[in-house]
Amino acid sequence: MTNSNLKKILADGVWRQNTGLVVLLGLCPLLAVTSTVINGLALGLATMLTLMASNLTVSLLRGLLKSEIRIPAFVLIIASVVTVIELVMHAYFYDLFKVLGIFIPLIVTNCAIIGRAEAFASRNSPLPSLVDGFATGLGFCITLVLLGALRELTGHGTLLEGADMLLGSWGQYLALTIVPQHPGFLLAMMPPGAFFGLALLIAARNAWQAREASRPAQPISTLVPNSNEN
Amino acid sequence: MNDTSHPVIRSGALLGLIALLGTTLLAGVNALTHERIAEQDKLRMLQQLNSVIPTGSYNNDLLADRIEVENEAFFRHTEPVTVYRARMNNTPVAVLMIVTAPDGYNGDIRLLTAINNDGTVLGVRVISHRETPGLGDPIEIEKSDWVLAFNEKSLRNTQVGDWAVKRDGGEFDQFTGATISPRAVVKAVHTALLYFEENRKPLFESTAIPATQNDKQ
Repeated sequence: MTNSNLKKILADGVWRQNTGLVVLLGLCPLLAVTSTVINGLALGLATMLTLMASNLTVSLLRGLLKSEIRIPAFVLIIASVVTVIELVMHAYFYDLFKVLGIFIPLIVTNCAIIGRAEAFASRNSPLPSLVDGFATGLGFCITLVLLGALRELTGHGTLLEGADMLLGSWGQYLALTIVPQHPGFLLAMMPPGAFFGLALLIAARNAWQAREASRPAQPISTLVPNSNEN
Repeated sequence: MNDTSHPVIRSGALLGLIALLGTTLLAGVNALTHERIAEQDKLRMLQQLNSVIPTGSYNNDLLADRIEVENEAFFRHTEPVTVYRARMNNTPVAVLMIVTAPDGYNGDIRLLTAINNDGTVLGVRVISHRETPGLGDPIEIEKSDWVLAFNEKSLRNTQVGDWAVKRDGGEFDQFTGATISPRAVVKAVHTALLYFEENRKPLFESTAIPATQNDKQ
């Protein structure tokens, strides 16, 4: 597996095939928890860990998994991984566990994870599978954080509020109040705000993509390093 | 080896093996985290209880001195109400009741209500709710100090008609754009006080639930 292949996997996961913005998988947690940056980041990291662990396991077992049992086997593997993450969060990140609540176990139902297991990990060796899990998870995580930032900023006028839940007590110094005395913009905090925010992000990505496509001579955007190698 | 059951059995065994591996992993992680999780749950519960009752005013094991009462007609809710009893050298000091207001704008509002032995409210905190953010959520202490208005209230210093929001002729504030959430909270606190008034003796005297059942919180 060459370096450029791994880079391609990375670029696919983060940008070209971004789960949240292009493939549009896993929208339920994406829309539900992104009311703040920290909530988005936490669920993004948990999803990334799940993707990496499940991709790696599926890839290691791919020789054994016959096609008729692969789906139940994927489900078993993903469910085990998610439950481990849930237990660890409950024990060590209690506040965050309380906030994310039902959405941790619901990572199991994020079809992006079973999608990567089926489409990638079951056909590739462990290293690329791990990288694919990382890249897809990173892409998802970035989308969650961006949407969280958009909604937190418009909804509360703050950023990184509640960082202490994820990072320990020093995290509270990270919390930024961008707009003091923000009256609170209800629409951004409620589910419709998540839809509007996601639509804006998708539109922005499409606009970027269109601009890139309209000048093919230009070498590579900064976000897709070495995309022309493939 | 040439009948059709062979691949089925093989697949079944493989699937069973994966399930077994997954279960082993989970059992291991559960064994490692179980104690800490129970500890964390207990710690947070105690923190919450101590937010409405001064730690120096009692000296019993609050979490262990717990009963559950069921009275659907009274509480308008089927779920049992958890009651913690605070005592100082076995003298009753206060009860802390986890009551549910079933008539929130968006479902149940769970409240921790601490009632002193003389029938006055020590404090009220909202434990969980799904009220509209920005409209109904000033019932949380993190959002506003509205809930502190219950401190020192009792059935004696506040008449039956006054246990309502101002719009309904009572003495508790409502919020701009939200009357339903505060109305539900006021009603639930009042109900808890009425229940305490009628059942003070059995509340303090009934035997606590054995510790083994405490685990499931």
